[in-house]
Amino acid sequence: MKSPFRPAKPPDPAILDNHRPLIRSLERRGLIRGGLSLGALTMLTGCDVDSSASIDKGLRLISAWNDRVQAALFDPNKLAPTYPRSMVLKPPKFNAYYDITELKPVDGQTWRLELAGLIKDKRPWTAERLATLPQVDMVIRHICVEGWDYIGEWSGPTLRSFLERVGADLTAKYVAFKTADDYPSSIDMATALHPQTLLATQYAGETLADPFGFPLRLRMATKLGYKNPKWITAIEVTNKYPGGYWENLGENWFGGI
Amino acid sequence: MSIDSNDGAPRRLHPLGVRLMHWTNAIAMFVMITSGWGIYDDYVIIPGLHFAQAVRLGSWAVPSLLWHFAGMWLLAVNGLAYLLYGIITGRLRERLLPIRSSEVLQTVRDTLHFRIEHDDLTVYNAVQKILYIVVIVAGISQVVTGLFIWKPVQFSGGVALLGGFQAVRWEHFLGMTVIVGFVVVHVVLSILVPRTLWAMLSGGPRLAPPAVRPPEART
Repeated sequence: MKSPFRPAKPPDPAILDNHRPLIRSLERRGLIRGGLSLGALTMLTGCDVDSSASIDKGLRLISAWNDRVQAALFDPNKLAPTYPRSMVLKPPKFNAYYDITELKPVDGQTWRLELAGLIKDKRPWTAERLATLPQVDMVIRHICVEGWDYIGEWSGPTLRSFLERVGADLTAKYVAFKTADDYPSSIDMATALHPQTLLATQYAGETLADPFGFPLRLRMATKLGYKNPKWITAIEVTNKYPGGYWENLGENWFGGI
Repeated sequence: MSIDSNDGAPRRLHPLGVRLMHWTNAIAMFVMITSGWGIYDDYVIIPGLHFAQAVRLGSWAVPSLLWHFAGMWLLAVNGLAYLLYGIITGRLRERLLPIRSSEVLQTVRDTLHFRIEHDDLTVYNAVQKILYIVVIVAGISQVVTGLFIWKPVQFSGGVALLGGFQAVRWEHFLGMTVIVGFVVVHVVLSILVPRTLWAMLSGGPRLAPPAVRPPEART
């Protein structure tokens, strides 16, 4: 009996013949690619292989392991080299996940810094109040994960002095940031308490310009560029891993230098 | 416990441990070089020099970085095991030393006359010895410069010693070109003298124990 699934009018077998070389080449290419990734993955993780998703999973597991190695390598007392003011690049380099033409400046008058999580005093802060904290100035090297670098001069209160003032739980694991440009970010507490981790409000002695994070951005001498969120609108102290914009796309979370 | 158990029989040119480390290193180098090209392309050192997607590991910069910082463990752990093995068993000294200048000249002369026979696989000529030493030093240098690029603040003293952050990027890139150059020569020669390739798979000829000589040979 004829199968009910078979079409009443079978397709012309010549169609298959015409496309046979193409089909064969596709299969062969898939086999080569599969073989290559299979070999590489079993070397790295020893787990079962379904697709590139499991390779990605394996690589991210190693990246998480590298976070722990970097936390161990991080010396909370070691200061990054500082440089003479004459080396400062003016203006600094603009860099974001979008083009400078799409920049949306923040209104400093209505801007407030919101607080959340393991913090005693969660009242929002204004720019004027931030200026009352002890101000620190540092001329440090900015290093981008891409490979470029420049010397910049940043000023503002240390994140440590801010966290102490608001009564944050300094034994918590993470400090997370929300920004006006939807660039969530987070760092480890050890780096948050480092003396060269600033809530920067100034560059080269002047108020931050719009492209570089006005009115408030993070600036750390001990982490890669992408770890420094700009246009910060909220800070949260938490023990739950917060991730980040690039980190969620696979970039290493610790990003220490 | 010894890596190469010889059960009384004369040991092979390439004991099992050496073969395993050689092929592990081949995979690690493949991962490091091709993912490194992906990272390089994100911000090139030499204007106009890019690596095509076909030869890069990782579809864009982030996967290339993930591969590079995963492969580094395989490269470093395997490389350290190889160096320790080579030093403890004396293999490195036995294979690679001494190098005599007259031998170097003779080998270069032979090579220029296209005499590149390799009849006795168990003895390396002077140029081979130099090439192996250069690639081992380049490999160690890649680990050091790589560590400095990864952690330029934690190793700020080392970075300053090597001329600064961008200088270390250059040095890491040059180390790669030396290693790639070695790989090209190494692979071409192993294809020209396929017995060497087979030896790295099977172990190669058994070595005569050098220390024990029959009594009648003494005069």
